Amino acid sequence: MSFFSDTEAEFLQKHLSRRSLLGGAAAGGVLVTPLALLGGGRAWAAGSEPAEITVANAHQAPIPIVVPDFGPGLGNQISGVISADLSSTGLFQVMGGTVPSSAQPDFSALKSRGARVAVAGSASGSDSVRVEMRLWDVVAGQQLEGRAYTASQGNWRRIAHIIADSIYKRLLGEDGYFDTRIAYIARTGPRRHQSTRLAIMDQDGANAHMLTSGSWLTLEPRFSPISEKLAFLSYANNRPRVYVYDLNSGQQTILGTFEGISFAPRFSPDGRSIILSATTRDGGADLYLIDLATQQRRRLTSAPGVIDTSPCFSPDGQNIVFNSDRGGSPQLYVMSAGGGSARRISYGKGHYGSPVWSPRGDQIAFVRISSGGFTLGVMGPDGVGERSLTQGFTVESPSFAPNGRALAFCRQNAAGAGGSGFSSNVAVIDVAGFNEHVIPTSTGASDPAWSPLRR
Amino acid sequence: MKLKMFAVLGMACALAACSGDHKNHDNNGDGQNMQQISQGPVPGSQADLVATAGDRVYFELNKNQLNSEGRATLDKQAEWLARYPQVNILVAGNCDDRGTEEYNIALGQRRANAAREYLEAKGVAPARIMTISYGKDRPTADGDTPDAWAQNRNAITSVR
Repeated sequence: MSFFSDTEAEFLQKHLSRRSLLGGAAAGGVLVTPLALLGGGRAWAAGSEPAEITVANAHQAPIPIVVPDFGPGLGNQISGVISADLSSTGLFQVMGGTVPSSAQPDFSALKSRGARVAVAGSASGSDSVRVEMRLWDVVAGQQLEGRAYTASQGNWRRIAHIIADSIYKRLLGEDGYFDTRIAYIARTGPRRHQSTRLAIMDQDGANAHMLTSGSWLTLEPRFSPISEKLAFLSYANNRPRVYVYDLNSGQQTILGTFEGISFAPRFSPDGRSIILSATTRDGGADLYLIDLATQQRRRLTSAPGVIDTSPCFSPDGQNIVFNSDRGGSPQLYVMSAGGGSARRISYGKGHYGSPVWSPRGDQIAFVRISSGGFTLGVMGPDGVGERSLTQGFTVESPSFAPNGRALAFCRQNAAGAGGSGFSSNVAVIDVAGFNEHVIPTSTGASDPAWSPLRR
Repeated sequence: MKLKMFAVLGMACALAACSGDHKNHDNNGDGQNMQQISQGPVPGSQADLVATAGDRVYFELNKNQLNSEGRATLDKQAEWLARYPQVNILVAGNCDDRGTEEYNIALGQRRANAAREYLEAKGVAPARIMTISYGKDRPTADGDTPDAWAQNRNAITSVR
């Protein structure tokens, strides 16, 4: 066990924090600074964390954590969002309570309530909000973290998400996914001629807004891993093709030129190119790689009459998993990123589709369709270890949270004979197959695409 | 000469107005409704196509092979198109919702292509035929019953 001074702590936190500086409040970001230790307090050095709990695979008992109200007004709203974020993972058992923000808490009282960790926090300011947060290891009686966050008032939700991410990381040992957004397709109107709009929201459903007007069928948004860009499919002017949407400027550009429909886009892990599928005149679809800087395209598959679609890179960029009916029915295949021969990896009952490679690299999520309905599942990149996460009339379009721990997907309920009863929602589930919950949206929602952590 | 020019322009406008109609809703059923209004459908119109030949053909689950009923419908469409050589068409392939969104876009295109190839073999000029696929996103029948799914696995021809 090692201790360090406030100055050392400041140095460490500046260099360890993912967001030690977020562009400053003027740029709409959040400024993070370390807090001095409270009288006689000690802090654990990073690297010898006693409270790091690994939850890599199994569903373990949630960590009991006290999150008190941060104070009247914005403070309580911020602590409310932190509580909701942590609860939403299913990995924390969030309890209310009182924890002083300017003194060491009563560890024995917290312990007797069953708490393992406690958060202390306060908020001040109006136009510019300053939030102080400390994280206490109740069992060891130590401060695990102490930071101040400053941002413009309009960014209070981001402060809350960033605090929740830092708690997640300190306790679970990996990056969280709360300061992220989900792009999706907002659906309104009857099923026969639904209005579909490109939309974006925070991962918890807040701050939802529409990016396109809904004049044309719009599907399949995908986030760039490196920039504020989305690729998506639009039927504008009855010419279905892939566009790139710039979230900063609102500008849309057509990606490449194809004779048929270009669709199913996916960014490469380095963000420099997009892989997509394009239909051919012989009834098939080929995979293409398009360099975003030069717009040069390279065809990766070309089997006549075969549908190759839903391509997705492995996180190291070395391989591509995709959906193909080259063997007679839609199944999953893996090939090298340069193209060439592909190996089938799906062998269960029914048809497979919509594969997506986990950012951790160790799993591929997919949809399996059999007479019983749709199953959302995961398997190893070699096809081994297939397991089901959830099932339903329609569960599809999986998209991993940036840390690979959770999946967003679309869940649709069947319509009755007259079309009533149909619903379409974006839901999230832990990759271990528990804690499924719907993200609240004001319209029908489908096609979720999880963003990387915001910068 | 000048009059003829105007006539051609007028037709181009009519076609342009019609093509805007494909956005965000299907082209299904409208023809049947229009047909009931007057004595008979306007020759060469969508309603005329529906009344004379039928505007759609159906497919089996995950298939793009035309059955005898479908081929008969397309035979009549080809004859009708031969009568109205100025009419261009859009063939839209559709799927039931028992596949993934992405695979179904390709499958719908495959169905549209099957209809297009058949019409071309029957003498319709390739330049007159445009194809599109809506995958599973423009169902003709709302329900999620085997009967509705069968109706939604189709290729629909519309005048553009």
